[in-house]
Amino acid sequence: MTNPIGDIAGADFILAIGTNTTESHPIIGLQVKKAVRQGSILVVADPRKTEVAELAKSHLQIKSGSDIALLNGLANVIISEDLYNKEFVAERTEDFEALKSVVARYTPEYTEGITGVPAAAIREVARQYAGAKNATILYTMGITQHICGTHNVFAIANLAMLCGQIGKPHSGVNPLRGQNNVQGACDVGALPNVLTGYQPVASDEARAKFEAAWGCGPIPAKPGLTVGELLEGADKGAIKGMYIMGENPVLSDPDADHAAHSLKKLEFLVVQDIFLTETARLADVVLPATSFAEKDGTFSNTERRVQLIRKAVEPVGNSRPDWRIICDLACALGYTMKYDSPADIMKEIASVTPSYAGISYERLEKGGIQWPCPTADHPGTPVLHAGKFSRGLGKFHPVEHVPPAETPDEQYPLVLSTGRRRAHYHTGTMTMRTGALEVHYSKEYLEINPADAARLNVQDGDMVRVTSRRGSVEVMARLTDIVSEGLVFTSFHFPEVAINKLTNPARDSISKIPEFKVCSVKVEKIA
Amino acid sequence: MADVTLLINGLQVTVPQGSTILDAARQLGVFIPTLCHDPELTSVGSCRMCVVDVKGARSLVISCATAAAEGMVVETESPAVMEARKTIIELLLANHPMDCLTCGKNGDCRLQDYAYMYGVKDGGVFQGAVHQYPLEENNPFITRDMNKCILCGKCIRACAEIQGNNVVDFTYRGFNTKVAPAMDTALDESSCVFCGNCVAVCPTGALQEKALRAKARSWEVKKVNTTCPYCGTGCSFDLNVKDGKVVGVTSCDGDVNGRALCIKGRFGFGFIHHQDRLTTPLIKKNGQFVEAGWDEALSLVAEKLGSLRDNSGPDSIGILSSARCTNEENYLLSKFARAVIGTNNIDHCARL
Amino acid sequence: MASVTLTINGKKVTVPRGTTVLDAAAQAGIFIPTFCHDPEIPRFGACRICVVEIPGMRNLPASCVTEATEGMVVETESPAVVEARSTILELLLANHPMDCLTCEKNGDCRLQDYCFRYGVKGSGFEGRQHSYPLDDSNPYIVRDLNKCILCGRCVRTCAQVEGRAVIDFAYRGFDTKIAPPMDTPLGESDCVYCGRCLAVCPVGALTYKRMAGKGRSWEYDKKPVTCTFCDSGCQFNLNVKDGKIVGVTAASPGPGRPLCLKGRLGLELLYCDDPQAPELKKDGEFVKVSWADALGLEGVLDKMKKLEGK
Repeated sequence: MTNPIGDIAGADFILAIGTNTTESHPIIGLQVKKAVRQGSILVVADPRKTEVAELAKSHLQIKSGSDIALLNGLANVIISEDLYNKEFVAERTEDFEALKSVVARYTPEYTEGITGVPAAAIREVARQYAGAKNATILYTMGITQHICGTHNVFAIANLAMLCGQIGKPHSGVNPLRGQNNVQGACDVGALPNVLTGYQPVASDEARAKFEAAWGCGPIPAKPGLTVGELLEGADKGAIKGMYIMGENPVLSDPDADHAAHSLKKLEFLVVQDIFLTETARLADVVLPATSFAEKDGTFSNTERRVQLIRKAVEPVGNSRPDWRIICDLACALGYTMKYDSPADIMKEIASVTPSYAGISYERLEKGGIQWPCPTADHPGTPVLHAGKFSRGLGKFHPVEHVPPAETPDEQYPLVLSTGRRRAHYHTGTMTMRTGALEVHYSKEYLEINPADAARLNVQDGDMVRVTSRRGSVEVMARLTDIVSEGLVFTSFHFPEVAINKLTNPARDSISKIPEFKVCSVKVEKIA
Repeated sequence: MADVTLLINGLQVTVPQGSTILDAARQLGVFIPTLCHDPELTSVGSCRMCVVDVKGARSLVISCATAAAEGMVVETESPAVMEARKTIIELLLANHPMDCLTCGKNGDCRLQDYAYMYGVKDGGVFQGAVHQYPLEENNPFITRDMNKCILCGKCIRACAEIQGNNVVDFTYRGFNTKVAPAMDTALDESSCVFCGNCVAVCPTGALQEKALRAKARSWEVKKVNTTCPYCGTGCSFDLNVKDGKVVGVTSCDGDVNGRALCIKGRFGFGFIHHQDRLTTPLIKKNGQFVEAGWDEALSLVAEKLGSLRDNSGPDSIGILSSARCTNEENYLLSKFARAVIGTNNIDHCARL
Repeated sequence: MASVTLTINGKKVTVPRGTTVLDAAAQAGIFIPTFCHDPEIPRFGACRICVVEIPGMRNLPASCVTEATEGMVVETESPAVVEARSTILELLLANHPMDCLTCEKNGDCRLQDYCFRYGVKGSGFEGRQHSYPLDDSNPYIVRDLNKCILCGRCVRTCAQVEGRAVIDFAYRGFDTKIAPPMDTPLGESDCVYCGRCLAVCPVGALTYKRMAGKGRSWEYDKKPVTCTFCDSGCQFNLNVKDGKIVGVTAASPGPGRPLCLKGRLGLELLYCDDPQAPELKKDGEFVKVSWADALGLEGVLDKMKKLEGK
């Protein structure tokens, strides 16, 4: 997020696109609701009539995978009606003309044809966004989990820069991240192309610095493989061994049967987790780790706030904290990796990571710190890009609409989208074992529009089989107008409804994110 | 903004115009009891516990909703104030179950605190009708005992003003007034999302965290402040620990979330001590997992990864780190991939 | 010494011969509730809350007085045991004031602990209830015999100090109560207010008057301190609330650790942020006295003054 969570309630205009904020990020949802109560305009763009959409002044019920068209359409109105922030565009951005020429085609009427959103609504929302004193854009996986995920984000950034709605309070481009420490895992280099603080492995200088700090041999200059590529590598035999810590790709990755199939081909698989997950079952060795309650450490949240977690209880059984296990393995492989505590590790992170340089446990004891925090006396940075973008001028990246990798056809006539439910989390490893959440929300269902259901002769509560080109699951149907005609939806929380057997592994060429939000399926009633 | 100066219990205090007498007293460190007041919620001034004596006022005034004025002279514990508070407590106790013995909120109850503070042992002279509502405990999260409700309305305001859902409100009239969802249904038949933010503000035992309050009394738990392990919002809360086990979650004042939490954050802690937790390393032998010691498991992993690295090359190994683990652990695994194995083949589920 | 091995809740435990089942369970980390039992005072076996199930025994024996034997099999929380304990608690509650709301022992009361543990919310038994007046006859110990469960710990601990034995059971049946000779108020008895009985009372029947109304059990941090007035080395607790030392209470009395009023008052003077004036009985009436008087230092001070005068 470019701006802090606490900023949202103060925005005059909120565009929530591809985020069911009140369900997936309930506490951020509170900020959105507060803004609405205070009279701010909330616009939600989502193919589903989600809970947050019900709160909105306008719900732009776009067709799945047409976000770029919508965002370009908004930019088109703002430029053609001369509503953009000329001062901001002139002083802080470049390549405006390129944007202007690309979006020129996306007139409201043209956009309506792609998105299904009425031209008048596009005009109205564009004027509201451009006219707002402070406007913020919130998005999540509804934007990113497409083959054009990165371009979707570019289109959002274009809009924000066009109206100067970035680099100041209550505005910005704000991805709401879905996992407690997905921000932090990226920050500290658990990515194939960067080291900590996004220092590229391709940079000679960065590699030299880390080789010196770590006292190790050369770090390869070529970026490594992403999750999906690793699984493909395993399938093809190039990847022979894997070490998986706290992940469950067998349920979480697209085309899940294929993921399991690939992992089975490995010569050696070690999985480190707190439960015997579907992935751990395939392992040669399983190492028991501790939960967040049994260790010290830090998480970095979606607004870049680094916060402490504190050990509350002793490790369960003979389990050990992940950091200790990694150290022990490194030592067993002949590399001395020894730390007294996570605080000690944070000292090392700070020493090699400019954006974390000023962060220490002593400071975190007094409260979280938002990076960049370059020095020990730096207060942290709640708002990014104030006065200047990290690259200098903000660059407009004009992007064109592309259809999803898979579009409905005669054989697979419906679009399947996936997401989260309020009471559950990810692959259910934790939330199915709480003694409460799974009791309350015990059974998953498929949202289907009554019109589609009628055609298929499906009643509410019927069991149906949902099938894509990759796989099939059985699930109970719930008739609802949350989904429009032609769209079905369910979550990926329930192992018994392993919906990722169906999803499409087609990936965004830049970020390698899979297109979870759109694939083509057919639904049949089970006799 | 202009300031006003007033006298509270003979002590002079200056506060910004618009401050309440209660704010001014708190600034001075003078304690005034409150039941319905909450700094995060709108003031309704309904419970009257916070009455004070203001010189020249027609009657005792409620300090939570009376603005401090220039030259005001306030007494917070005058005989009239003490008598009024005692009577309020007696009236509340006249229709309150005397079951602190096993009440989950025993030790963390404002009504009990004030009864002790003002020496009120029971309803005393007031004898009358007593509610006999059935206990509502048919959902796994919140136990509602409307017999213990003092109608302060904080839950109603928390639902409306923190959660923004307006699930509960006052229903019926007079003695029959109660807090309920629309049509007086149970919570699990209402639009309640079980965030539990009403429970966090309830001053008595009317709303309780079901699992926590059945397992531990307030004084038996150690609270450990930490960060939620679910979504990326980064809410803070207190893990409640009894006998080395996490028995519940309660709100603290978090940087991000204040006291607000969601259903998963507040009620999703049960996995920590779930019987399915892995407690020992496992090695697959002939297709079956066999329990192993750490030394055996670690040397096997080191041997296998080491031989792949040395024989098939570092890039024959792939490593998946975790968005669920700490920064420190992700950093170490990145270091492990690059410095120990010698590959950039490390990723995690950021995209999922 | 020979040892025996028994099985408690499926767990094998080996203890020296002569050990009680209660102690063996404690050694195995298994909790058994007790009211009348105290390791420092003679076994009594009156309250029956510590009953356990031992196959082969005629009924549920009290674990505090049953010796462990070789091969014994014990269940401490079997349905029969839990039912017996619940019934005992219900019987006790049938004649117990439900005033935890303001009771000084709230939060530090075994009757409350066990009712919570076994989910006993009230008594199903209807019957007579005592309505004894509060014995507030002295400045140190408040006796509320309505709350007394007749465990007899106060009687036994008092009798352990040579020449005390100030209180004992009086009357019979439902009228049984703990009283000084002739059932006088404590203030008129030979009681020396050492506070041993306060330290062992499991409920709210005996409470320390000098801390009444000052705070609730859970608000205090207890800091142990050893009295140095004599060489007995009695253990006391400083009770700290909001950073202030509010009062001094006796930790459990033990062999050779008699506890005494002087020691406790001395520690109050030494440690408390706002010590209350001491009171002593003069001519049959309690009166406020100087600290020097209370601590028996008058003579010493007189001598010091004389020396200074010289």
